[in-house]
Amino acid sequence: MATSTPVIQAPRNLASKSNFELYSWLFMRLSGVLLVFLVLAHLFVNLMLGDGIDGVDFAFVAGKWSSPFWQTWDLLMLWLAQLHGTNGLRTIINDYAERDGTRFWLKSLLYLASIVVIVLGTLVIFTFDPCIDPDSTLSVCQ
Amino acid sequence: MWSWVAHRVTGVLIFFFLFAHVLDTALVRVSPEAYNDVMGTYKNPLVGLLEAGLVAAVLFHAFNGLRVVLIDFWSQGPRYQRQLSYGVIAVSFLLFVPFVIRHLTIVFGH
Ligand code: HEM
Repeated sequence: MATSTPVIQAPRNLASKSNFELYSWLFMRLSGVLLVFLVLAHLFVNLMLGDGIDGVDFAFVAGKWSSPFWQTWDLLMLWLAQLHGTNGLRTIINDYAERDGTRFWLKSLLYLASIVVIVLGTLVIFTFDPCIDPDSTLSVCQ
Repeated sequence: MWSWVAHRVTGVLIFFFLFAHVLDTALVRVSPEAYNDVMGTYKNPLVGLLEAGLVAAVLFHAFNGLRVVLIDFWSQGPRYQRQLSYGVIAVSFLLFVPFVIRHLTIVFGH
């Protein structure tokens, strides 16, 4: 039986001496472990407690974000999920997009979308104003 | 192998949902009506079914991700990777059942 030695292509980027890929590998695992708690509790509180999805409206969000606890929770979840997802998609693009140009444009689009999501999401959490609802019963709006 | 494919597919799915979800939540900065309108679509049975699929994807990705971490960092991880796979399916399923009953009761209940 003729066996042949598999040919392994040289890495695309030989010049890189940085440990970026190692740190990104570690980050996927660290952020993943944290996200288990952040995301599953988020789903439980919003979809299982109270009236479930029926209870989710502007007043519900106002109630949660009047507490620094949930503001911090959601901010941490936003940043970790978006960076974890972006890094995951970066890997997938590197795996499947073989042409340099295609890889470049897909990753540019990915990073642009990620910046938009992180900046917009962070602004929304910090500039949220529960009192734009005239029916608000929160004490800060009286 | 199949769990690697499923981990990729669910990861991409969750990524696209997160994009839409940050945009729909941003409507709380527009007006209470704009936000409540878009939340109305989440309460419709068809979207409720999609949401249940998304939760299944999140549960699988979360527990399979923990399995990957155990294989990489726990000395016995590689040896038990098959049992861990069954564990991922079992835990995801056990958490999904109460969720899907409650969620579909709500979205099909009005
Ligand atoms: C809930 C807790 C989560 C855990 C425990 C988790 C765990 C992981 C781990 C360990 C990896 C690396 C797999 C590898 O290098 O082979 C990974 C990949 C990935 N994750 Fe997550 N993750 C979680 C949440 C999320 C979220 C919220 C998103 C989307 C925003 C996401 C999207 C992805 C993507 C796109 C990949 C790349 C898949 C690949 O390269 O094949 N994950 N996840």
